[in-house]
Amino acid sequence: MATQSTTSTNSGTTQSLGDYIKSRMIRIRSGDLGSFPIIIGLIIIAIIFGTLSEGIFFYERNFVNLLLQMAGLTAIATGIVFVLLIAEIDLSVAYVSAVGGVFTTLMLRQEAANWPWWLAIGVALIITTLIGLLHGVIVTKAKVPSFVVTLAGLLAWSGVVLIMTTRFSTAGTIVIQDKVVLGIANSYLPMMWSWILAAVVIVIFTAMQFSQRASMLRQNLMVKPMAILLMQIVGLAVLLLGVVWYSNKDRGVPVAAIIVLFFLLLWSFVATRTRFGRYVYAVGGNPEAARRAGIDVDRIRIAVFMISGFMAGVGGIILSSRLRSVDTNVGGGNLLLNAIAAAVIGGTSLFGGSGRVSSALLGALVIASVENGMGLLGLASGTKFVVNGLVLLAAVLIDSFSRRSRENSGLA
Amino acid sequence: MSDSPLLELKGVSKNFGAVQALYKVDFKVHAGQVMALVGDNGAGKSTLIKGIAGIYPYDEGQVTFDGKDVSINSPRDCAELGIEIVYQDLALADNLDVVNNMFLGREKTQRFGVLDENGMEQAAKETLESLSVTTIRSVRQAVAGLSGGQRQAIAVAKAVMWNSKLVILDEPTAALGVAQTRQVLNLVRRLADRGLAVILITHNLHDIFEVADKVTVLRLGQNVGEYSPKTTTQQEIVHAITAGEMTHVPGMQEEA
Ligand SMILES: Nc1ncnc2c1ncn2[C@@H]1O[C@H](COP(=O)(O)OP(=O)(O)OP(=O)(O)O)[C@@H](O)[C@H]1O
Ligand SMILES: [Mg+2]
Repeated sequence: MATQSTTSTNSGTTQSLGDYIKSRMIRIRSGDLGSFPIIIGLIIIAIIFGTLSEGIFFYERNFVNLLLQMAGLTAIATGIVFVLLIAEIDLSVAYVSAVGGVFTTLMLRQEAANWPWWLAIGVALIITTLIGLLHGVIVTKAKVPSFVVTLAGLLAWSGVVLIMTTRFSTAGTIVIQDKVVLGIANSYLPMMWSWILAAVVIVIFTAMQFSQRASMLRQNLMVKPMAILLMQIVGLAVLLLGVVWYSNKDRGVPVAAIIVLFFLLLWSFVATRTRFGRYVYAVGGNPEAARRAGIDVDRIRIAVFMISGFMAGVGGIILSSRLRSVDTNVGGGNLLLNAIAAAVIGGTSLFGGSGRVSSALLGALVIASVENGMGLLGLASGTKFVVNGLVLLAAVLIDSFSRRSRENSGLA
Repeated sequence: MSDSPLLELKGVSKNFGAVQALYKVDFKVHAGQVMALVGDNGAGKSTLIKGIAGIYPYDEGQVTFDGKDVSINSPRDCAELGIEIVYQDLALADNLDVVNNMFLGREKTQRFGVLDENGMEQAAKETLESLSVTTIRSVRQAVAGLSGGQRQAIAVAKAVMWNSKLVILDEPTAALGVAQTRQVLNLVRRLADRGLAVILITHNLHDIFEVADKVTVLRLGQNVGEYSPKTTTQQEIVHAITAGEMTHVPGMQEEA
């Protein structure tokens, strides 16, 4: 333990590269693996499916399909990340997302409500957010475990979806009739715009990093080495420009991907840079400490369930747009498990207080890649389920392993 | 040390149903003074503190703070007066780093409500340095990795960062080893030397003789005496704790 060391008095300096790497290594060895396992996992997945599919997995066309496949899932998983951060669970997200998708679709029917797209989407998102509010209020005020409340929600909302879809169509399938809503998952950013957007993101990121660095130096704080900073900027640039370039060789960057990216950035900001986000982590880490610090713990919990409902709605609308219709099965299948698995695989702990919004993206990428790859290979659904289960198990094992080694090294 | 006490309790009582946890207790602490509060299990130490904290307001009696009569009915009232309490379980969020814990619930923000991480980091470092807390390697490490003494130091630093006038510590050394106990006691001493009033609840007589200026002994809910460690022996205090003379025999109705 750190008995001989001193409070960092080396103020306003740049940490040396060696020290930076050393402190990183200490954290990795003590079980704080960060995104390391998942990147390794993605590489393995890419190699396996790339080889087995004889390269089809890497086709530009398949890459854009992958982006479309993961968009809705990522949105739903983003809400799940918040719920897991406060050490709760939301089992209702899949059917709540279906409520959002079905409601939007019904309101767009020209022969009936014929709402404009923005009104249908807006009201659908308000409804799914209110559903989250309802769950949150029951969890906090009646003190019923979220597991039970949202399990009841899973059943009830699946019933609502069934009622809504069968009431307006004997076949139970309702086609989306609005161009804008269809366009969410079926249209692509013009090539020029996708380049500009990527460039803007990179410039903003760079500017923020440098102004942050300058202000830290001004306030006599230690900053990370310049080499690391530049590597991060270059890394982001290569990643973003690579995605744009590869997508543009096919149809382009899907609009749905941009929407999801927007929400990821927004919620990352909320989680890391605002009081509310800080309180979410505090409630997940030690609710009693949060309460004594004057934080209204119940309010935070309710707000988190509302975020979960809202993001489920966003995901549901994207998923319906992708299928161009809704039917009696919407929200079913393994959507719920995939959303929770995505958050966990991405590195959000099931035990609360630890994880990042970006884990929704990484986890959804893993799950969508595996599903996509297995689809290319034409595997039977039974096999797919088994493989999905194994991937989730691996992720949870890594979580519990890294937790244990953090405890052993006294860093938990 | 000033003449008039910073906090003065006069004749405070508290009943929990049939249990008389406090009976007409007088208690006072001056600025710049470490007041130890001792007594056997169930003597009423925690109940006395919870009254100051506003968690269980007293049934009767008078509370004077900084020369003014006050009534403390909620933890918020207590914080507004400048009283900070470090409970035995500390209640730090393990997943947050040192800075975030010290500012929890009172974060500094910049424009648009964005957290001012740098400002908070600097203030946290300054506070720790001013208290000569030198064992914490980085204020950006999660408190999960800290030792008991370091955690205690952070809880104390958190309390003093908010310009508090009175800091109350509930058994701060109970779970600590020799070296860490020493660090925490040094810290307690420094708080008083900075002009704060400190109330130190402890079962450890050694702690008292090391840092306390005064000792108040509670027995079965009553104040059985205020002693000065300089002029008192350990035996006398032990005697007061176990057999101190009470004005009121518990269980007997008081005559009107
Ligand atoms: N919330 C409560 N409800 C009922 N009785 C209580 C409550 N809190 C305290 N008491 C009683 O009041 C008396 C004083 O308790 P208190 O916790 O103040 O003792 P203490 O001096 O802090 O003891 P310890 O050294 O064990 O912490 C005890 O008899 C206890 O059982
Ligand atoms: Mg007690």
